[in-house]
Amino acid sequence: MIETIAYSSAELMTINAARLLRDGDVVFVGVGLPNLACNLARRTHTPNLVMIYEAGVIGAQPSRLPLSIGDPTLVSGALAVCSMYDIFAFYLQRGNVDVGFLGGAQIDRYGNINATVVGDYTHPKVRLPGSGGSMEIAAWANRCYIINPHQKRRFPPRVDFRTSAGFLDGRTQRDGAHLRGGGPQAVVTNLGILEPDETGELVLTSLHPGATVEQARENTGWDLIISPELRSTDPITAEDLYILREELDPQGIYLKDGG
Amino acid sequence: MSKLLTLSEAITRYVHDGDTVYAAGFTHLIPFAAGHEIIRQGRKDLTLARATPDLIYDQMVAAGCARKVIFSYMGNPGVGSLRIVRKGVETGKLEWEEYSHFGMISRLQAGATGLPFMPMNPTAAGDLERANPLYRTITDPYSGREVVVVPALNPDVAIVHVQRADAEGNAQIWGIIGEQKEAAFASRHIILTAEEIVDASIIRSDPNRTLIPGFIIDAVCHVPYCAHPSYTQGYYDRDNAFYLQWDETSKTMEGVQAYLEEWVYEVEDRRAYWEKLGPELHEKLRVGSRPSAVVEYGDY
Repeated sequence: MIETIAYSSAELMTINAARLLRDGDVVFVGVGLPNLACNLARRTHTPNLVMIYEAGVIGAQPSRLPLSIGDPTLVSGALAVCSMYDIFAFYLQRGNVDVGFLGGAQIDRYGNINATVVGDYTHPKVRLPGSGGSMEIAAWANRCYIINPHQKRRFPPRVDFRTSAGFLDGRTQRDGAHLRGGGPQAVVTNLGILEPDETGELVLTSLHPGATVEQARENTGWDLIISPELRSTDPITAEDLYILREELDPQGIYLKDGG
Repeated sequence: MSKLLTLSEAITRYVHDGDTVYAAGFTHLIPFAAGHEIIRQGRKDLTLARATPDLIYDQMVAAGCARKVIFSYMGNPGVGSLRIVRKGVETGKLEWEEYSHFGMISRLQAGATGLPFMPMNPTAAGDLERANPLYRTITDPYSGREVVVVPALNPDVAIVHVQRADAEGNAQIWGIIGEQKEAAFASRHIILTAEEIVDASIIRSDPNRTLIPGFIIDAVCHVPYCAHPSYTQGYYDRDNAFYLQWDETSKTMEGVQAYLEEWVYEVEDRRAYWEKLGPELHEKLRVGSRPSAVVEYGDY
């Protein structure tokens, strides 16, 4: 008998994001789901993950879920603490960060991210928090991963505002900009995983259990290409869910939404 | 020479209408008590600069203290939107100037080190650099490649909260040190608030921990619990419930005004504020002990 495990969209995305991390990675951790994904990975398959937070904490070993990315639990037991200038200059700009995790209100066909504004910049329809560290993370981390719920308005053909660079208008354009980072490597949604092809366009490479190609197409703002090697995402395990729910987010601040 | 003042005296003396203010601290050590005192004294037309405006600037904007904000992440950290500042920007009632974190911190770094500007490698994102004309590009005279530059930021006054300082303002911080040192050195005047005022011998027992020297400080204020609902590492925890609750409170201007009335205008100072929070919350924010190992400086 196969047991069906119930989970929310947020849990599904967080667990799949965690799977992208490799043991020993130095990861620049962002607020929200990336924060949960990294803390989950550290407790499971990447015990040697080095978590760096933009507040200036290196090698954090938080004993509780840090709600903000400047929580005191990040400091106690960390390897080092430095200034914000140092974290962005010595670590990120210099090239000492393997992975950056990003999110945003809009992700476009070439993995460019908008976290700044919907509508016109000077007369905003919806004003979003803005770049924070994401402009530099997207440019300079070796690999970038993006977490974004799969909805048409969140995947427009072109973002209203380019807060951080994906492949710009195509991979050759990013190559021409001589950024030290490799750009977005995967976008994790609640339906599957998108990865850039040789032109830098995001194509569907994996479907989560129960999701369909039609759903992915319907919820993408451009004519989504399906990879000929389309995979099925590995099922969610009870252990992953247990750690997320019982240890990392017992109050369900991040994980209860969706479903 | 002692620079001890009450927080009220320090704000009166060093924060004036129209000033550019940098209340420092990335999540940690945010000097809320100083923000509340500025509100009580009715300062106007301030330019409020912070990488993350946080609830302190949401409250100051709601109270009518600000003309403009300079920022790099306008959110309630870990919760969502910073509703009051956001509304000000969306309605055009509040001027704003925006950077990425690195751009913002580089402005302070230039200001703190006496340089006219700071170079950064390009990010190719482009739109923010077009939206904010203070971002420029110049040619690296050595490689011929383009670098992005931002101008020095030199606030009129920085407010910096620390764990401990002596009466002259020699200040020690541990935990997240964010942009405290840069904000202090960049600013024309510096108000220091401290959880504890200690004897100079305590400072001298651990000189590596001193982030800011007293000789650049203007005022030293003894303000225990200054940072609540932010935190002071090793002294009290971050009040995450308050940050979550603010998301509700700030949904209406009535909610915000009621908050300001009860917790700012009707409260005399931080001591009264902390007492009003009550023993249950004090207990909730209490932190257990986890001291560092003692370091040996040597007797020479």
